[in-house]
Amino acid sequence: MISRYPYSMRLLHWSMAALMVSMLCAGLLMVRSLEPWQLTLLNMHKSFGLVAALLIVVRTVNRLRLKLPTPSEPQNRYQSAVANTVHRLLYALMFLMPLTGLLMQYAAARPVDVFGAFRLPAAELTDIQQFAVFRELHGLLAVVFMGIIALHIAGACHHYLSARRR
Amino acid sequence: MKKRLIAMLIVPLTVSLTALAQKVDKVTAQQFVDLQQGERVYAGFRRAHAKGICVTGEFVSNGRLAAFSRATIFKPGATPFTGRFSIAGNNPTAPDLKAPVRSLALSFVSSASQQWRLAMNTPPVTAVSDPHSFYQQLQALKAGPEAITAFFRAHPESADFLAWKARYQPTASFATEQYHSINAFYLVDESGQRRAVRWSFEPRANKPVTQAQHKDALHDELQQRLAQQTVVFDWVFTFAGAGDDENNPAKQWPDNRQRVVVGELEISAWQPQSSGHCHVINFDPLVLPDGIEPTRDPILRARSAAYAESYRRRAWERLTAGGEGAKND
Repeated sequence: MISRYPYSMRLLHWSMAALMVSMLCAGLLMVRSLEPWQLTLLNMHKSFGLVAALLIVVRTVNRLRLKLPTPSEPQNRYQSAVANTVHRLLYALMFLMPLTGLLMQYAAARPVDVFGAFRLPAAELTDIQQFAVFRELHGLLAVVFMGIIALHIAGACHHYLSARRR
Repeated sequence: MKKRLIAMLIVPLTVSLTALAQKVDKVTAQQFVDLQQGERVYAGFRRAHAKGICVTGEFVSNGRLAAFSRATIFKPGATPFTGRFSIAGNNPTAPDLKAPVRSLALSFVSSASQQWRLAMNTPPVTAVSDPHSFYQQLQALKAGPEAITAFFRAHPESADFLAWKARYQPTASFATEQYHSINAFYLVDESGQRRAVRWSFEPRANKPVTQAQHKDALHDELQQRLAQQTVVFDWVFTFAGAGDDENNPAKQWPDNRQRVVVGELEISAWQPQSSGHCHVINFDPLVLPDGIEPTRDPILRARSAAYAESYRRRAWERLTAGGEGAKND
């Protein structure tokens, strides 16, 4: 029986948490701004989008490979159902956010320049309907993601505080 | 440990929120596109330069720019393109000859990862050099002649634009106009050296084939012309000299700057925008191939951000159907 999450899982959790929060903030700023830094932020957002896509694959493999610690406190059925649902949604969103982002670039025939090192291929003919689907999904899922992250943080705070009370 | 990690999350969040709060007084992409689209929304159409015609053909490079830019398109040889002639305004059925500005947009696909979109206008310079003044200029244009006179009086930087406007004679053909890059870009050569340039498309044709005055005069003239002949433009690059500010699109560069004719643009066919491919393309001037880079020009960067908002709106309208602009694929 283990009492802590393995180091690799904690590292992935916190580095991706920082990445996700930065990406969401960048997204909110760059869709509104007309300032010269908008382009720089947009290019960083796209490059880190590819990083996020790769990290979530590594993280999922790692999650399936390793054993989780046993909960430190007894959970009722309701609590564990909510926790499981939130965690599944977080994983689904961590896949869907970079996926819809990269697909909308592909459909709009915009090759993504990844940190100036290489470029991702894009469609040679723009498909505006496909673009609309992925663009709107990307925006909508971002809002859902922010809500689920808030729930996740609320759950973590709840456990932290109830553990301290005992 | 945990406290430090939480701090790491909270710091970027606070920085972003502060940045958001500071930019409240700045014009957003949404406000800009709202102003351009006006009261009446033409669903599925571009919010600016809504009326246009698709053209296709090829650019034949003479290889003279290959030493200055590593972009594939400048190696000797031909690259096909999809393009679009258009007139300024939000109305897709506006009268052609009333529009103050005409445009030529091009899309080159050298490969899946090397694409280039160009969106050019008849004026060689802009009236102002930042998006906020540009927003005020559009507001003044909508408010009427007195407001626009007052605007130009308050903006001495518009001098070069006004000088162009005073000498510009609109022609009766899309094919006899000059189209300018509006903003400056950098050419990047094999060794990574950057040079600031502007470019223009200069017409080979010098007289219109019809003298129609009706609503679709420019569109009809182009169709009749293309039934008889290929429309040819010379693509001319102008290199910035000492003292030219590549980040200021309102300032004309002196006439004696180095000019290089890099090849011919040959337009051979047209398609109505209701069925042509050009209608679904966002001619965002910041979709650039390797070998061309953007300057810090605030107007250039704002154009890209505003085009993205316009494109998002009309893409959604086309997906959910409605308007005439939604019909073609």
